[in-house]
This record gives sequence, C-alpha cells and structure tokens, in this order.
Amino acid sequence: MSTVNPATRLGDLVRHRVPAQPAGPQPPRSPAVSLRGAGVRVGSRTLWSGVDLEVGAGEFVAVLGPNGVGKSTLIKMLLGILPPAAGEVRVLGEAPGRAGHRVGYLPQRRNFDASLRIRGTDIVRLGLDGDRWGVPLPVPARFSARRREARDRIAEVVELVGASAYAHRPIGECSGGEQQRLLIAQALVRDPELLLLDEPLDSLDLSHQGAVAALIGRICREAGVSVVMVAHDVNPILAWLDRVVYIAEGGAVAGSPQDVITTQTLSRLYGVPVEVLRTSDGRLVVVGQPEAPALHTDRHVEGGGT
Amino acid sequence: MNWAETSAGWSWNPLTDLQQIWAFPFMVNAFRAGTVVAVLAAVMGWFMVLRRQSFAGHTLSVVSFPGAACATLLGISAGFGYFAFCIGGALVIAAIPRVGQGGSGQESALTGTVQAFLLACGFLFVALYKGFLGGVNSLLFGSFLGITTTQVTVLTIVAAVALGVLAVIGRPLLFASVDENVAFGRGVPVRALSVTFLVLLGAATAEASQITGTLLVFALLVMPAAAAQQLTARPAASLALSVLIAVAVTWTGLIAAYYSPYPIGFYVTTFAFAVYVLARAARTLSTAVGRHRVVGGGAVA
Repeated sequence: MSTVNPATRLGDLVRHRVPAQPAGPQPPRSPAVSLRGAGVRVGSRTLWSGVDLEVGAGEFVAVLGPNGVGKSTLIKMLLGILPPAAGEVRVLGEAPGRAGHRVGYLPQRRNFDASLRIRGTDIVRLGLDGDRWGVPLPVPARFSARRREARDRIAEVVELVGASAYAHRPIGECSGGEQQRLLIAQALVRDPELLLLDEPLDSLDLSHQGAVAALIGRICREAGVSVVMVAHDVNPILAWLDRVVYIAEGGAVAGSPQDVITTQTLSRLYGVPVEVLRTSDGRLVVVGQPEAPALHTDRHVEGGGT
Repeated sequence: MNWAETSAGWSWNPLTDLQQIWAFPFMVNAFRAGTVVAVLAAVMGWFMVLRRQSFAGHTLSVVSFPGAACATLLGISAGFGYFAFCIGGALVIAAIPRVGQGGSGQESALTGTVQAFLLACGFLFVALYKGFLGGVNSLLFGSFLGITTTQVTVLTIVAAVALGVLAVIGRPLLFASVDENVAFGRGVPVRALSVTFLVLLGAATAEASQITGTLLVFALLVMPAAAAQQLTARPAASLALSVLIAVAVTWTGLIAAYYSPYPIGFYVTTFAFAVYVLARAARTLSTAVGRHRVVGGGAVA
C-alpha cells in the first residue's frame, strides 16, 4: 500500500468506467443520496421516520446510533432491498435499486468460511462481472482484449486497496482485515459513484481500523466517491467525515459531527441525559446512551463488549 | 469373439484390456453412461460443495431410492422414478423457507425428516414388490450391467440440458454462492438461482444414482469436487479438475469391477476417496513447504 501513488491511481480509476458509459461530459451530478421525510418499517415496527438527509457528491457521511436502531436497514433501503414506508428516497437521482453498478455495497461484517477455496482476486472479479449471465470462454488473456482489460482493472483496484500481496490466496485463509480490503476492492471495481458500507470497521483490530478508515477516506476525497458508512464508533473516521446522521429510536439528526455529537443534541434525541466528552486528542466519547431494544435477530454475537 | 479369450484376466496393457472390455456392447454402454454421469455429477457437485449444500444433495440421493423402487413397483423404467423423485425432492427442499442465517438448523431438521420418511416409503415399495429383493442391492449400491442404449441417450440428453442451463447461470450462481448479500444488492436473482440449482442438482443426482447406487452418489457428487477444491483455488481450474477426477475414477472403477467379482460402487467410491486423501495430503504438504504459495493446478494421480 505504501508504494501506491494515490493521485495517479485514482486518476486511472475515473478513466476506467468499466461498462460502456456515454462518452462526453457527464451531466452535473445530482446528490448521491437524498431522503425527505423518509421512514422505514420492519414488520409492524417503525424503526425510524421523518429522516431528511442529503449526501452530496464526494461527501463522507457516517450513520451512527445504538444497536438495533435501523442503521443497516437504512443501507438496505438505499439499495432498494427494503421499500421506504414513507417519504421520498433518491439514490444518484433514481429510485433505490435502480442505480445498479453505480452503487458499491459492502454488507455487514462477515468472515468467509476458512475452507472456502476461492481466491481473493476471484471475489473481486465477481464484483466486476459476477452479475452477467453466461460463462466466459476460457480464452487466454493474450487473445482477448476484454479479458486483459478485466484482469488489469482487478489488479489495479487490488493494488489501490493494498491487497496485492495476498489477493491470489484463497479468501478463507486471509485475515479479517485482509478480507475487508478485498471486499472494498470488490465494491470499488465497477468504479461506483456511491459506496454504501455497513460497519466495515467492526471487529477489525485497532490498527486495521485506522488503516481501512484511511483507505476509505482517501477513496472518498481523491476519487470523489460519495460514502455512506454505518459505524459503531465514530472516532476512527472522525477526521474524514463531512456529516453524520445520528439515528435513535424513532428519529434522526443529521449535520456536521461538531453539531450533532454534542451533549445537547444527543440528550434531546434520546430524551434522556447523555453526555459527550472530548478526549485530549479529539476523540469523542458518548456516555450514558441508552441501547435500543435489540430486535435484530440477524446480528452477530453481541458479546457485551460494545 | 472368443469368450475364453475375452474373459481373460487383466493383462497390464491398458489398450488391449480396454479393447477386450469394449468388445461387449453392455460394457461400451456402461462406459458411455458412466462418462456422461461423471461429467454432470462433477460439475454440479462442484457448485454443491461451494454452496455448502451437501446435505441437500444427500437428501436428493436418498430420495432417489424410493423413486426407483416405486417405478419398479409400477412396472415402469426405474429411470423415470429416479428423475421424478429427485426433481420433486429438489422442489420441496427449495420450497422450505430459509429463515436468515440462523434458520439453517431448522431447515436441515425439516429436510432430514422428509428424507427419513421417503426412505421408509422406499422400503415399503420394495416389500410390496415381492421377489424384488435382488434388485435392492443394485438400487442402493449401483450396477453397471444392462444399461441400454436408450438409457444412455436419455442420460446424455438430460446431462446436456442441465449443463446448458448451468452454463447460462454459472457466473451469477457462483456470485450468489460465494457472496449472497452483495449478489442480491447487485440485482442477481439469488432465490431463483437457488431453486434452479437445486433442480439441476436433482437431475444430476438422479443420473448418478443409476450408476453408483443411491447410497454412493457422493462418490461422484462430492469427492471429485472436494478433492479438486483442495488442489486449486482457481474456479475454472478446479472445475476442470473435478470433471477429470470424476471421469478417471468412473473409468478405473468400471475396469476394476469388470475384472473382479466385487461391485462397481465400491470401486468408484474407493478410488474417489483415495484421490481425496491424496489431494488433502498434497495440500498439507504444499502449505508446509511453500508457506503462502498455493498450488496452481497440482498433479493428480
């Protein structure tokens, strides 16, 4: 990762829009995400409602809040997997789920089975053309321009995330941090305009958290990719953030981290006294925040360490 | 053709041995059917192992036994029974709702319940069809005798259709198998693919059952794919290797069964098992020797 020159790499990123896109100047980009009075229901329970949010092109936005409050559900709604119960939702100027490959998605933390015998590059490759029907002919790359192009694109994006050293290994044998980098490469390989990341730092150890956060921040800043990231802890990404959305039971507040993560705002949002402390190095600690009733059965083991 | 000469023992010259074996039309049919079944089973099995659906595959193979027994009882070709029950079973398994990731326990309990019931039904059909007992062995453990040319044609057509469908859905199926959530986010019809794959797996199981018997289907469905995945992590290479292993163990199994009084199911399974053990050993060795280097396409016995 240290040998990569981000500026040139990311210049290449923009040039390599993989599926044929209309040539010529791109129309002015509409906001990456726009929510007006949006609400969502799971079963009969309204998770949150009345959420207004606008994520501009190239902005880095974190979605924060206690467990089980519907942060992942917000991502699913933006992907078009779950319909909004109320309000208007636009993703890259279209209805959710319509923007296709312009949206890169990294689901909530999952480890590949250690016995899965598929290489990291194959995982990245699936992000490039895994949704296409048919099976590619086993023509050597020497004879197929398209194959060469795909191979180069994969190598490029793997290098961008600093995974070149282990991308040829079976993914099950990679560490959690290595898998996460490869999955980010998979999400990036089609050169999306919007990245939806669901707790990408969760269960990485601290040093990896910082490195992966920096990687995402760099991609956001230098390639102009908008990022919406669900996070448990705001501190590793605080330096990169443009905006945060804090979801609590029923409602949400959006704004700059300095405005939202304050004693006053969070106390008002939760309806109980909450205190935000700032450490000497600028990290934020929220004390006394109530956990929402955990209704998510699909969550991984809570472990009590959160 | 001289019987005394053709029934001579193993000569250690593969060419003359094969010539000798192929002098019998039923052996030619056995080789044809075995090859078709091996190719189909290896390819479907490769996806099955990748998707961790071995239990579903096992259920389908067990279900093929009552299918064949029922068909025999009704006086129709056992092949119909195999296909009807296996594909029906695949649809039933596909209809069982998947309740998130935590629901797999309930799913397998339900599948197991249906499996045990159908096995019992098969036993009943055998009991109802008196004098059928000699055939039970070959239903359960396989037989290569008396495969007709019509049967070979049917096996070939079904295999061709199944492989054709798989060629169309192969890449999205791989995506959905490895990374269901992301595939779904990308608009891959994960659920439809899962149902289609189970039906194809049912067809492959029905075919393999006719050669290896219902209890030894895994010899062709799991073992070659598992061995191939041990040897290489490249999808295309391990798929090809899986087919190669399946065809090799089928052929050697047929030859061994021809020259000895013991059943083919035993030989095919044993050879496949040996390949798997060798593959595991090779991988353990290569990780020990070559630290992080992965075997690209290791040599297979």
